[in-house]
Amino acid sequence: MSELNLSTKAKITWCPGCPNSQILVAVKQAVTELVETGFFKIEDLTAFAGIGCHGKISDYININSFTSLHGRLVPAMIGAKCANPALTVIGFSGDGDSYSEGLEHLVYAAKVNADITLFVHNNRLFALTTGQANAVSPKGFKSKSTPFGSIEEPLNPLLLMLASGATFVARTFAGDIAGTKKIMQDAIKHKGFAFVDIVQPCITFFDTRDHFNSRAYWIDENLPKNDLKLAMEKVSENIEEKVPLGIFYQVEKPTFEGELHK
Amino acid sequence: MSENSHREIFTIGIGGAAGEGAKYTGTNIGTLLRDSGLQVYLSLDYPSLIRGGHNFIRISCSKEKVWNDYAKLDVLVCLNEETKEIHKNELKEGAWVLSGLNNEEILNKIKEFLSTKGLVDFTSGSIAPKGELVDGNTAFAKGLQTAGLDFYISYPMTPATSILHYLAEKQTRDGLKVVQPENEISVINMALGVSYVGKRVAIGTATGGFALMQEAFSFSGIAELPLAIAVVQRQAPATGVPTRSSQSDLRFVIHAGHGEFPRIVIAPGDSEESFKAGAEALNLAWKFKIPVIVLLDKILSEHMMTSNFDKNISVEKNKDIIFPGTPGRVVKVTSYEHDEGGLTIDTASDVKMAMDKRFAKGEEIKKEMLKRETVKVYGDTSSENAIVFFGSTKSPILEASKHFEKSVKLVQIVWLEPFDIEKVKRELEGKKIICVEANYNGQLASLIRERTGIEVAHKILRYDSLPFDPEELANQINSILK
Repeated sequence: MSELNLSTKAKITWCPGCPNSQILVAVKQAVTELVETGFFKIEDLTAFAGIGCHGKISDYININSFTSLHGRLVPAMIGAKCANPALTVIGFSGDGDSYSEGLEHLVYAAKVNADITLFVHNNRLFALTTGQANAVSPKGFKSKSTPFGSIEEPLNPLLLMLASGATFVARTFAGDIAGTKKIMQDAIKHKGFAFVDIVQPCITFFDTRDHFNSRAYWIDENLPKNDLKLAMEKVSENIEEKVPLGIFYQVEKPTFEGELHK
Repeated sequence: MSENSHREIFTIGIGGAAGEGAKYTGTNIGTLLRDSGLQVYLSLDYPSLIRGGHNFIRISCSKEKVWNDYAKLDVLVCLNEETKEIHKNELKEGAWVLSGLNNEEILNKIKEFLSTKGLVDFTSGSIAPKGELVDGNTAFAKGLQTAGLDFYISYPMTPATSILHYLAEKQTRDGLKVVQPENEISVINMALGVSYVGKRVAIGTATGGFALMQEAFSFSGIAELPLAIAVVQRQAPATGVPTRSSQSDLRFVIHAGHGEFPRIVIAPGDSEESFKAGAEALNLAWKFKIPVIVLLDKILSEHMMTSNFDKNISVEKNKDIIFPGTPGRVVKVTSYEHDEGGLTIDTASDVKMAMDKRFAKGEEIKKEMLKRETVKVYGDTSSENAIVFFGSTKSPILEASKHFEKSVKLVQIVWLEPFDIEKVKRELEGKKIICVEANYNGQLASLIRERTGIEVAHKILRYDSLPFDPEELANQINSILK
């Protein structure tokens, strides 16, 4: 087999030091290993992206890609998977992309258990538009659009995904490349809707490096993964105080495209 | 045409409260008439509710082609008492009024009526039907299937929903798949995902639903993802009058989506043309890697007509498109402006090159138009008078033409975008032109002027949500041409 070249000629325009680069490294490692172990052929992998800083990733990785509109990658992923179930369909989204603009699509994908994997680069604000509060920004967050502090409580996307029927719900931290790579691989291997929230600082507009470094922790791997109540409890921990990482929930259910083609 | 031929057309009305089966009885009668070898046109009028309102089916039939139904009734079938009252002024002298009968008794009475009027000789053995009795939505769906439809994706919205119903029934294990996602925005984005991996996909909605899809419609343009779209007009703005018709979205669809990119908009005028448009939409979308809209309306979508479909339609494939899953190839599409490899670009010269590349297809589409029926002409082609129209107004106009007192050329614009400037000029230049359309602003008339410089002298506009009546229309046209 020839050496995998996952780089493109595109110039990386993320801010120097942006954790998106760490996510890119984790993806490349995860994909390379999955190709080497024969889990999929590289041509059978398609990566979708939304619009936001995260979305540039499809220019930086030399695999099939579909850069959608803002918030609309999830329905396109479901369409592609239904039309060719032999493809492995992964997606990169952002918190603005999927927790603000495209939230309804996330709920639908979880509800129907489409066999797709979604990674959400979550820096808790709109970054590409130079820093505004969004659905997951903390209450009181001061930004250009909320100069007196956000008046909204943040959404808990993991809890929403559990309630909506996602069959794989996990969180990782962009700074932990090895941990992120491992979770990405588990998510891709999962048959059904796999949802991974990747918390990351925005070093330019919302520098939470210290916050996550001091508060993030990996949950006990031996906890049962099929206990919805326990999973809901774990993901309900207040992110301002503690940031649990790991796979909170994983169960098997019939997939959408499986039912469609039955 | 003479009074005589007009007398050979018979009209049956069937009325009842919503939920009482007027549509069921009407369709049964329509089928009986078709099976009796007659030409049939069936219209239906109903309010936007499930039970209680007045539903009315009207069927005109004749031995000769019937393009539209008539207002005056030879038979009135009453499924409730109210029907008799509502329609008493529409009865011709000596009309048959049937009430208190079950379905079988009604059909027997209709047979008796047909025999009495000498329309059908039921004793003559085999009677050959003149075609299928089919509505425009079903015909459109059949056209899609003929051109190799793999996926149909839709969110229910009147009057587009019957396409969804029809195709959902036609799903097979290894063939057609139908998906009904969470909303219209999902519908079109899902369809683009299907298109990206190489399956032939169509979507359908009313114009309100299409309004929700604008950003992704534009995405299909920049990403060159093939997509066939049925847009069914109803009386708008906004929710408007959901179960009534309109032609007020011509301008909206030809300009749909932000930015500039090539697209095709085809407006069929009857069920046979809907079938052809469905097939052409898929074939042309894949040939040119563009979105193709078929513009329908409530009347065309739901009214049924004896039809014979074009037998020469086939699946036209495009072997030049590469899909994910191809060894050694990386397939990148994006909503950003991009180079040939699918990577984002923003330098001015690259942007211009990408725009020019997409619009170069416009030239290819122009060549294609020479092979397609972009404009159709009926009536007296050498007449100095011309009536111009698009979409479902074809029906009342062709029917009305049986009652014209002067010779008239009838010009139907089938392709609204690209607009066949040369052909339209050839047909309309120097004529006394009447434009008939169902909107307030005279959108077709303004489009003709914009694209050809030709001024339409007279406009007959209807924007009260009801269909044109052929006799009323004939009177209006006769008085203009006097």
